[in-house]
Amino acid sequence: MEVYFDNSATTRCYDSVKDIVVKAMTEDFGNPSAMHLKGVEAEKYIKSSAESLARLLKVQEKEILFTSGGTESDNLALIGAAFANKRSGNHIITTSVEHPAVSQPALFLQEQGFEVTYLPVDSRGVVKMDALKAVLREDTILVSVMYVNNEVGAVMPVEEIAALVHEKSPKALFHVDAIQAFGKYRIYPKKMGIDLLSVSGHKIHGPKGVGFLYINEKAKIQPQILGGGQQGGMRSGTDNVPGIAGLGAAAVEIYKNLEENVENMYRLKEHIAQGLEKIGDIRINGMDLREGAPQILSISVMGVRSEVLLHSLEERGIYVSAGSACSSHKRKPSATLAAMGMSKDQIESTVRLSFCEENTIEEADYFLQVMGELVPMLRRYSRR
Amino acid sequence: MIFHAFLIKYAEIAIKGKNRYLFEDALVKQMRLALEPVEGDFRVIKEQGRVYVLCPEEYDFDEAVEALQRVFGIVGISPVVIYEDQGFEQMGKDVVSCMKARYPEFSGTFKVYTRRARKSYPINSMEVSASLGRLILDAFPEASVDVHNPQLTLSVEIREKIYVYSETIPGPGGMPVGTNGKAMLLLSGGIDSPVAGYMIAKRGVKIDAVYFHAPPYTSERAKQKVVDLAKLVARYSGPIRLHVVNFTDIQLYIYDQCPHEELTIIMRRYMMRIAEHFAKKCGCLGLITGESIGQVASQTLQSLAATNEVCTLPVYRPVIGFDKQEIVEISRKIDTFETSIQPFEDCCTIFVAKHPVTKPNLNVIHRSETKLEEKIDQLMEEALSTVEVIEIN
Repeated sequence: MEVYFDNSATTRCYDSVKDIVVKAMTEDFGNPSAMHLKGVEAEKYIKSSAESLARLLKVQEKEILFTSGGTESDNLALIGAAFANKRSGNHIITTSVEHPAVSQPALFLQEQGFEVTYLPVDSRGVVKMDALKAVLREDTILVSVMYVNNEVGAVMPVEEIAALVHEKSPKALFHVDAIQAFGKYRIYPKKMGIDLLSVSGHKIHGPKGVGFLYINEKAKIQPQILGGGQQGGMRSGTDNVPGIAGLGAAAVEIYKNLEENVENMYRLKEHIAQGLEKIGDIRINGMDLREGAPQILSISVMGVRSEVLLHSLEERGIYVSAGSACSSHKRKPSATLAAMGMSKDQIESTVRLSFCEENTIEEADYFLQVMGELVPMLRRYSRR
Repeated sequence: MIFHAFLIKYAEIAIKGKNRYLFEDALVKQMRLALEPVEGDFRVIKEQGRVYVLCPEEYDFDEAVEALQRVFGIVGISPVVIYEDQGFEQMGKDVVSCMKARYPEFSGTFKVYTRRARKSYPINSMEVSASLGRLILDAFPEASVDVHNPQLTLSVEIREKIYVYSETIPGPGGMPVGTNGKAMLLLSGGIDSPVAGYMIAKRGVKIDAVYFHAPPYTSERAKQKVVDLAKLVARYSGPIRLHVVNFTDIQLYIYDQCPHEELTIIMRRYMMRIAEHFAKKCGCLGLITGESIGQVASQTLQSLAATNEVCTLPVYRPVIGFDKQEIVEISRKIDTFETSIQPFEDCCTIFVAKHPVTKPNLNVIHRSETKLEEKIDQLMEEALSTVEVIEIN
């Protein structure tokens, strides 16, 4: 049995998405900037994708900017907003549990002379509101907070944060990295007070290499990629028509049965959490099961190093992630888990399961059965 | 400027007496192997005590030189321009135009060195050199002749055609792989073992390798890293037969039965035994490790003695007296460093004790190993029979 519990790293492409991507690559392959009919046909895909996304978010089409994915959206949001609004102030706020796609641009801005404040989180991974209240200033120009933390699934109170930011720092733009939230929550930026919102295609069963940034029409952003002036000059480069078409199709699909799918993921999560309790000495990280994101379950199997557990599960056809998949290239302990106050031992024993609506209770049971066999064996052999 | 050939210089081979042809043949073979992936048509020929690469068609010069610079045994590579023999007057014109093309503003000291492979050529070597020197002096008024210590030596070889060359690109030195038997390299994913393999290969030794894989404690990526490293070493050493041994069960059994601080030493003794098994099977005459005295607990003199004891084949440790930094420098030079430092756990470190023994006592180790008697033969048998062999080209 193959069980894929690493859907927060990436997801399988929907078949309907694949079909539209193939069509855009092989039949309607024109350059949307071209003046002839082939170009017009290709442009329709972009238009239709922007329409779908705008409808889902209840925003205007022109406020959707297509990018190469989550990382580019985050980079553009931070760097673009900081440089465009330099005259209004020099202060930026973010959290200590952001994805590197946000924390690295924040570091870059710091090196460029901006003052960056990193907000602490509580032991569940949720940003501390009183800390935010204390650091918001007149000259704060940007606040960037993720919607759902990718490592532990903590859900940030973005609406509350937005209200507070706009009250205390009227010049500030509020950016939300919604890469793990889009397709799991209904997000309405206008109503919620979000000025910038990052979304990635491949986390919602769309293609890799595509995403978008919602930019409130009033927000000032400095473009970072210059060239032929596509997308109103905000992001040059020939439009990734197949990717954009796939992204739109995936977004429509994932929101079709959202509530039902989310409920199923919560049930799966609870089922696994209950099963793991029987094995003993396995800690569930983050918020209470129903409060956290439906698709993410972070667990620490005490006494077993996450890498070893990951490879043992892999031998049995089960795919999970140790911390965040992107961090498997370096051996640094996760900053998010450290910020939550976890011990080194616990961090080194932490794996993340992440689900999608295609996962089943049978898969969960198989996972639990394998864990029941592996964990006692692995615990016998550890570094003394 | 288009070079039609390379003259290959080799040093140590020349002193190998009656075996000389063996070394030259090995060199020619390794050169052919190295040039195979390079775009172009190359002919490697051995002629009157010289080895040439002829490249009559279009080819990628830089790529060809790079390939030759990885062939052990070569000390110098001289790019040659070839002219048809159309009489001495034409030769003079050709040599001068060659100089003009290569050194347009030449104003230093030079000499012409002529060698007549075709003894029937009507003018003798000294006269050819003198005449060509005069022509060059006429063409480059700022230049002067210095026969003892010239800045530029222009070599002219009179064969069926006329060969002209003036510069020598350094080769890697050493001896052609295949002239000194074969040895088995214990390849981990680290910095030292690929360097050790490179250094022994440089002395003309063919290399096979063994890697100890410990799933699930080491990952598929760790194994891929070792395959990548073997490929990098193989660019110098030629094809490597890599043995991937699943070591997990042996390791866990030692962990269960023996004192934890002796784990690494005992484990390494079993690795040596397994490596030696495959070495003998492949006709290897020795083992190669990347050990360096005192680098880690298992590389003290006592520990080395303890691991050495289980082998009957000689164990070659070419970096034994090197500091880490010196090893790193070589690994950078041979391009293995970046791959070596990828952070994947190897099987030596996963269960390592906080305080492993640094001065293992052989009697104590022997006694600990008796605790393995019940199952170790069977586990060894399994490890040997389930080996995965990967041919690295």
